[in-house]
Parts: sequence; C-alpha cells; structure tokens
Amino acid sequence: MNHTATEMMTIAAARALCNNDVCFVGIGLPSAACNLARATHAPGLTLIYESGTIEAKPAVLPLSIGDGELCETALTTVSVPEMFRYWLQGGRITLGFLGGAQVDRYGNLNSTVIGDYRKPKVRLPGAGGATEIAICCGRIFITMSHNPRAMVKKLDFLTTLGHGPTGQERKKLGIATAGPVLLVTDLGTMQPDPETNEFVVTALHPGVTRDAVRENTGWRVRFADAIGETAPPSAGELEALRELNARTARAHGGTAA
Amino acid sequence: MASFLSLHTAISNLVHDGDTVALEGFTHLIPFAAGHEIIRQGRRDLTLIRMTPDLIYDQMIGSGCARKLVFSWGGNPGVGSLYRLRDAVERDWPNPLEIEEHSHAAMANAYAAGAEGMPSAFFRGYRGTGLPGVNANIRFVACPFTGEPLACVPAHRPDVAIIHAQRADRQGNVLLEGIVGVQKEAVLAARRSLVTVEEVVDDLDARSPNAIVLPSWTATAIALVPGGAHPSYAHGYYSRDNAFYVAWDEIARERESFAGWMRQHVLEQGPEVFGERAGLRR
Repeated sequence: MNHTATEMMTIAAARALCNNDVCFVGIGLPSAACNLARATHAPGLTLIYESGTIEAKPAVLPLSIGDGELCETALTTVSVPEMFRYWLQGGRITLGFLGGAQVDRYGNLNSTVIGDYRKPKVRLPGAGGATEIAICCGRIFITMSHNPRAMVKKLDFLTTLGHGPTGQERKKLGIATAGPVLLVTDLGTMQPDPETNEFVVTALHPGVTRDAVRENTGWRVRFADAIGETAPPSAGELEALRELNARTARAHGGTAA
Repeated sequence: MASFLSLHTAISNLVHDGDTVALEGFTHLIPFAAGHEIIRQGRRDLTLIRMTPDLIYDQMIGSGCARKLVFSWGGNPGVGSLYRLRDAVERDWPNPLEIEEHSHAAMANAYAAGAEGMPSAFFRGYRGTGLPGVNANIRFVACPFTGEPLACVPAHRPDVAIIHAQRADRQGNVLLEGIVGVQKEAVLAARRSLVTVEEVVDDLDARSPNAIVLPSWTATAIALVPGGAHPSYAHGYYSRDNAFYVAWDEIARERESFAGWMRQHVLEQGPEVFGERAGLRR
C-alpha cells in the first residue's frame, strides 16, 4: 500500500509508544499517534489531556484539547489546577509528546515568536502546557515537520527546554527528568547522542536519502554510526490510521452549520 | 447572595472601563454571550486574563476592548492562529496590546493562589526558558527547606470573573460539570463575578456530593443565557461547534471580513440568539 510522508511520521511515532506509558498528549500529530498506538499495539496506553481528562479513550481525534469526546470517554476529569499540580508536577506522567514551530539540535523548542519578541514577525500561540511538561514528564518525544524553517540552528525564542543551548543545561539546572529522547520527523527519526545530547539521525524512512535530510536541516546534521531504515507502514497500521482519520472527519464535519 | 439580572444589566453593573477581567472556561463553557455583551457596551482599556484567549478574546481584542492580555496559549485550537490577536501584537491594530505571557501551569497556579487569598504562587517551572527574560512577573525563590529554585508568579486577583455554567437553582447556587478548567478558582479569586447559565432549575440535581457547586454567596450576579457558550459547548446540553472554529480562521484573517461578521452577528444581535445558535446543533 502506498503511504504519505505524514502517515509514515504518525506511524513511526505511534510505534515508539509503550502499552504501560502514561502520556501527556498534545493536539495534532501527537494525539493521532497516541490514538493509533491505542488502536494497534498499545491498547493499554494511558492518555492524559491537559484539559483534565485522565484515561481518555476518544473514538475520534479531538479538534481541541478539551472536546467533549475526551471528557465523555475519560475515567475521570479533574480541574486544570489539579492536572498541572498533582498529576504533572507530581511526577505521575511518564511521557510528554510535544511539537512546536522550531526545534534546535538539542531538542529545545520555540512556540512563542518568529523574529524579535517585542516586535515579532509572527506571533505564535505561546507555551501552553509545554514548558512544564518538558520539566516534569519522565521523558519527552518531539514530532516536527522536517524542513529548514522548523529544524533551525538557533531558535528565535526558547519556550521549552530540551537539553538546553549547549546540550548540558538540564544537569546544570538540577532537572532530574530525561528530557527529549526521540525526535520523529517526516524524513526519519533522531535520538540524542549519549555524550553531547545532540540529536543525530538514527533511522531514515523508506525512500529518504541522507542528502534530503541534510538539505532540510538548518544545522550540520550528523548521522549515527549504525543507521537503520524505518519499516514501511503495515497494511494494518495504515488501515487503522485511515479509519481514525475518516471517523474524525465525519464527526467534525457533522457539526457544520 | 447572587442577584439574578439580565445579561445587559449584569455587564453594565459589573464591568467598567479599565477593569481587569477574566472570562474563563477551558475549551468548554466559554462565556461567549457575556463577551459579546461587553463588546456591544463598548468597554475599553480592559486587562483581559485567560489561559487560552480563544475566539472570544480574538473578538474582544479586534473590537478594541483590551489594553493588555495576560495569557498562556493564544491559538485557535486545532486550527491555527488567532488573527485579531496577532494583528494587535504584530501591527498595533486596532490599538497596541501589552502582553504578559505565562505557561498554563503558571496561570493555573496563579488562579489557585488568588482563590486562596495568597499574594503569589510557587511551582516547579519555567527553568532554562526565555520566558522569565520577557516577563518581570516570573521570578524564582529558593525553597527554604531544600534550596530548590521554584518559579513564583503573582496571584490573579481580577476585578471581575465571568464564567458560564450548566445551571443555577432559584437560590442562586451554581453547578458546573465536565471539563471544569479554572472556573471555580477564577470566581473565588475575583472581587466580583458573573455566572451565565443554561437554565435555572428548582433542584441542581447534582449526582454526587462532590460535584462542583458554587454557593450563591460566592457569585455577584447570575444571568440566564441558554446557549451562551456557543461555539464552545455545554456538556449535557450541546456540543462544541468545531466547524465554526474552523470557519473563524477565514472570518478573522482580514480586518474587513472580521468587522462585517462582528456587525452582523454581534453588534446587531442580542443574547437571545445564542439559544438558537446552540440549539441548531443539539
């Protein structure tokens, strides 16, 4: 079966999720990957959305972080202060799943501005939950569309701490959680070098060349010694993802005026 | 005891030019009808607090109600930008907008501190990021016992909190359920508060003694506005109008299309249209 680059990216991210993870889920690709994982190899994956919904089991992907679907299918729903204080800061969440407008080689993220903060070229939405998700979750996955505007040498603004501007800041600041351990793009997957914490390419998606990765990365990207090829999507994975997307389109289109 | 007022009278009595106002509701139960009434009454120089400005603050900012915005995530959820917010920040239109920018955790903690009557809130956050460098209200203090640097932000103490809830009883006690966000904290942190409700009933019909109920003596005013959260939603009454959130992207992108939409759907309408708007989608 043919597949798109976005499908490959979603499926690659879904495969990295474990059945026993407790995952703080962002809207968009992270939510698609988490619910695909739940529909395929990780039915026990626990999803927590920052609106306060714990063990949400949505049948369709929510458009917003607080769609009724999440609350209706959740085991329980708590207030937003409780979510951030007891559950996130309390250390109950094993995995945070983030995106952003820009990422650098150390997994630091910008979702605040493009250009100068006081006179931005583009005002982006801002931090949301990400700043504390990155500090408090056990480890972090990042997904990002692979292009030079997103994979940058220097962030316009540091909204969310990865491994810090030199790769060593988490340790210096005494932050005990692991930070970003996986970066999944539409070209491949990257993981931090164990010494420097610089993200290096560890696998290429089918048909993607090293040159394509170099051209689409804003820094001099490095490749791991042993570099793999991502297994192409299985028929089962593709069917599950497409069914999820079709159900979602029907549900959201159904409320049209 | 909370007074039952018309929405017009409630906004007229409670919200003044220059006030600090928090309209809360985390995706769910966003008090759109109350925001529209503030726009119709032409309030100016407001400091608007809200975790997720959403379409309602896009509309209020684009209509010139706001001097300052205190927030943590300013996008159209799952869709993209809030173009009126961006136009204000990027091009000072319709007027310059001062921003005080936080994270969700900071905002939630600041509301809770306000409800507690505390001057500030402490939490584990912000470390290693650029946000303390652009917001003087983000500071750090050492834990006196462990020495851990803790982020500290001032408590939110709005002049007015405005929320939407499922129902009130005739004594003015209010019940909200579903995704309850920071609404309880916002009401308890504020000097004055307005609750718009879907219906007024003899019995709140709270299924559990632990349901979120605000006693009548915690709110200043209650206004009955069926559908008042549309295009957001009221759990148990109507669902989120996701198609409208998608459509807003096009409406708000240009100043002219925004102004035209606001004239037709807000300035020339009253709160009574909300029932039909939400009811169509029940």
